[in-house]
Amino acid sequence: MITFESVAKRYRNGREALSQVSLHVSPGEMVFLTGRSGAGKSTVLKLIALLERPTRGQVIVGGEATGKLPARRIPAFRRRIGVVFQDHRLLADRPVFDNVALPLIVADSSLREIDKRVRAALDQVGLLGHERQLPAELSVGEQQRVGIARAIVSRPPLLIADEPTGNLDPQLAAEVMGLFKRLNEVGVTIMVATHDLHLVRESGLREIVLEHGRVAGDAGSLELPSIEAQR
Amino acid sequence: MNWLLRHVQSLLASAGHLARAPIATTFTVLVMGLALALPLGLDVLVRNVRSATGDFSGAIGISVYLKTNVPEARARQLLRSARDRPGVRTVTLITASEALAQFRQQSGFGAALDALEDNPLPHVLAITPTAAGDDPAAVENLRRYLQAWPEVETVQVDGDWVARFNAILALLRRLLLLAAGLLGLGVVAVVGNTIRLEIQNRRAEIEVTKLVGGTNAFVRRPFLYTGALYGLLGGLCAFVVVAVALWLLAPFAARLAQSYGSLFALHGPTLRDLGLLLGAGTLLGWVGAWLAAGRHLARIEPGT
Repeated sequence: MITFESVAKRYRNGREALSQVSLHVSPGEMVFLTGRSGAGKSTVLKLIALLERPTRGQVIVGGEATGKLPARRIPAFRRRIGVVFQDHRLLADRPVFDNVALPLIVADSSLREIDKRVRAALDQVGLLGHERQLPAELSVGEQQRVGIARAIVSRPPLLIADEPTGNLDPQLAAEVMGLFKRLNEVGVTIMVATHDLHLVRESGLREIVLEHGRVAGDAGSLELPSIEAQR
Repeated sequence: MNWLLRHVQSLLASAGHLARAPIATTFTVLVMGLALALPLGLDVLVRNVRSATGDFSGAIGISVYLKTNVPEARARQLLRSARDRPGVRTVTLITASEALAQFRQQSGFGAALDALEDNPLPHVLAITPTAAGDDPAAVENLRRYLQAWPEVETVQVDGDWVARFNAILALLRRLLLLAAGLLGLGVVAVVGNTIRLEIQNRRAEIEVTKLVGGTNAFVRRPFLYTGALYGLLGGLCAFVVVAVALWLLAPFAARLAQSYGSLFALHGPTLRDLGLLLGAGTLLGWVGAWLAAGRHLARIEPGT
């Protein structure tokens, strides 16, 4: 589902965020991406969602090399990826329903389809009945779940999340992780960038560790000695 | 169907956005309305002046005075050749004896004229040109042509003030077109700037929309509708401004007309003007929004 081949990314300001990253995530997998701030986690996610293009190497997502994808095909490409942010990026002046419906609206779904799918997505994150509320009327945890509902509403085969539990207390964070696991069980490929090593360890799932723009470790977290070194 | 529904939704959403910021919207619409009202007002003014002064083209006449030694038979030949000349509507010959009889009647110098041995008056060709009053050059050409005839003593054009007056009106109309063009550009700039600010205010929304796979066309659509709505409302505002201004002026115009014994009344802007204004306003608004959206939307990309 995701393949990085010797990828380097240098931003226009000269900062080299990734110097040499190769990794592969198979369809249906759920992996964590860890590392300190500035290690390149966000850059990896941006390259996957085609918010950035690689400076060197190849990024292949869903069989499509992003490096040379023409601009007019980017929207269709992004519709196959759900993105969850730490700050959830909801539109403050729109009710929950409209926020969640956005990916369907841009894809020109019918009204009936939108209604059905938005409810299904809200049901999945346990927020059915909150459609007409504004994001500000919800708790932080609920807002994050609305963000997740928006990411999964169009049933993308791939979900990427950048620090989705960063603003949540441990209990809410565990809930969100549980949600991701359930999605993964129904076949969604998931990549979660986080520095919450506790969560990663508890999950027992594959962890890709980034360090200074390189992959420093790639294994089930319990067997990874470098985690200790990081802490 | 789905496509149409999307556009209607987008239009309604844009209208909602405008309605939620009534003061800002009002000011923008007012600026555009005043800009559009000026050319319309000028146009209505010119039309009113035209109708007040009527059709003067009949007031232009050319009197061709023949030399006194030209016999009447020759004068009749000249009449025929003048009639064949393009640009001449009617020609009548006033013979020297007719003119004398007329003069005798009207002047009251009957007795004095009897003392004259022969008729001192020449034959005269009275010509009405076909050229409308707004074409002084054609009238002047005709005058020169007639002046060149050897039998002609002098050619006099009566009512060339009409030509001048019409030339002034034509100049006003040209000025009006120029003003309309410049103010149209102003409207485009106002909408463009408003849309630019709007795009900046809604940056987060644009980023998220692009992130979830919204195309540039999708993102642009509500701004185009916003621009077109601004234009439409501006056009409506302009119409109201001109209509109200004329309504305020009407009693004064009527009093002035009355003092001249005229039945003239001010004509307000017509429904056709309204249609034209709304159409032009909408188009200008759309263009302004399109220019601004083209420039500023492409720069907004999510996550950068």
